[in-house]
Amino acid sequence: MGYFNTVFCIFRKDILEEFKSKEVVNSMLVFSLLVVVVFSFIFEPGSDMKNEVVGGILWMSFVFAGLLGLNKSMMTEVQGGNLQALLLSPVDPSSIFFGKVLSNFTFMAMVEIITIPIFTVLYNVNVFAGGALTASVFFLGTYGFAVLGTLFSLISVNTRTREVMLPLLLLPILVPVILASVQSLNIFVLGHDHALAYPWLKILLIFDIIFTAVVFAVFDFIVEE
Amino acid sequence: MPEPIFRLDNVKKRYGHTEALKGVTFELAEGDFMSVFGPNGAGKSTLLKILSTLTKPSEGDIFFKGTPIKKMKDDFRRHFGVISHQPFLYENLSAFENLVFYGRLYGLKDVPARADFLLKRVELLARKHDRVRAFSRGMLQRLSIARALMHDPDIILLDEPYTGLDQHASLVLTGILKEQFSLKKTIVMVTHNLPRGYELASRIVVVKGGKFTLDSKKEEIPEKEFEEIYMQAVS
Repeated sequence: MGYFNTVFCIFRKDILEEFKSKEVVNSMLVFSLLVVVVFSFIFEPGSDMKNEVVGGILWMSFVFAGLLGLNKSMMTEVQGGNLQALLLSPVDPSSIFFGKVLSNFTFMAMVEIITIPIFTVLYNVNVFAGGALTASVFFLGTYGFAVLGTLFSLISVNTRTREVMLPLLLLPILVPVILASVQSLNIFVLGHDHALAYPWLKILLIFDIIFTAVVFAVFDFIVEE
Repeated sequence: MPEPIFRLDNVKKRYGHTEALKGVTFELAEGDFMSVFGPNGAGKSTLLKILSTLTKPSEGDIFFKGTPIKKMKDDFRRHFGVISHQPFLYENLSAFENLVFYGRLYGLKDVPARADFLLKRVELLARKHDRVRAFSRGMLQRLSIARALMHDPDIILLDEPYTGLDQHASLVLTGILKEQFSLKKTIVMVTHNLPRGYELASRIVVVKGGKFTLDSKKEEIPEKEFEEIYMQAVS
């Protein structure tokens, strides 16, 4: 079976499972919306200060909701030994991993698509002031989170304290993604020159490429035991 | 003389300071049914994991039809069908969806027809659209058998497949194993069930402390004496 066929096969299975159980996206969405709504009470209506921090609030809601989703998503592979069955199949193990990355990316994107319009109304800011550049921030930031999050959820899911272990392992390494995403989003929201966001976008892109390559190279060793 | 399916040459496996296998050497011929017995912690499951390529040996070489496993590509794993005490099934998917998923993963053609055929074989066709989470232990194991046979493997590896099975599921499993053995499939079964393991096997192996303490053809061991011979081998 071709590499991308395997990726798509895993992705299709995850989407079907989620369509039937609605466990991952629902819990992520509720959490994400709660964060956005609760933080909206902090600012007085018309306050300019909120524009300085909206990027951070939005990404914080995605990151913490994503942590919740990653644990649930990986649990389905561990329960009943399914991951072993996948590794026994005649496919490149990294294609299984990238199938999971694609699924997690899609779940995150679904949450973002619903959360962003509500966020825009509650905070009265134009998140998409950067147009396609804003979209690329969400795309690259979400992909970076999905790659690293899937990797570390795979490592932490077999530990007893996985709910604590995942953020403990993931968040320090994810700092460049979070920082670059928040900074570039703030530049667009505050109406600054879009060129100021390019260095942050480059960081995001380079980070995504490096970790995709690293995972591709070392995934076999990670899953061996 | 035909090349054996498996040849293990002084295979050792260590987990930290614990040596699970202490230099195992044997050959497994095509069409053999090898029942592996032994006490808990003897190294039986480790042996099966090594044969199925789920784990690599710490030392020693494994050859598959004369070729070192290290040099084989991912595709060679399609020769294996593994049945464990874990079902390897997605509980939110139906029985049919699980089989179709694994069929596609193995790149099979006409996957739905093959899934229906196997569901009928394990007597679950009437429940094909039910979610797996609603299945009993016996039904899960029957479905697990169907999953392992989806790609019609040459080698079937079983890790304590009779654990927790009801009478019906045991009979279905025994029937399928006899059928696969008659089709000259190579079978390795790790089990604590001495009568069942003896009944099905063509070759008997006892593992203790990471070593083979008995490796014999079934006809060399009279059925009445087997329990006593086993006790001697593990004592």
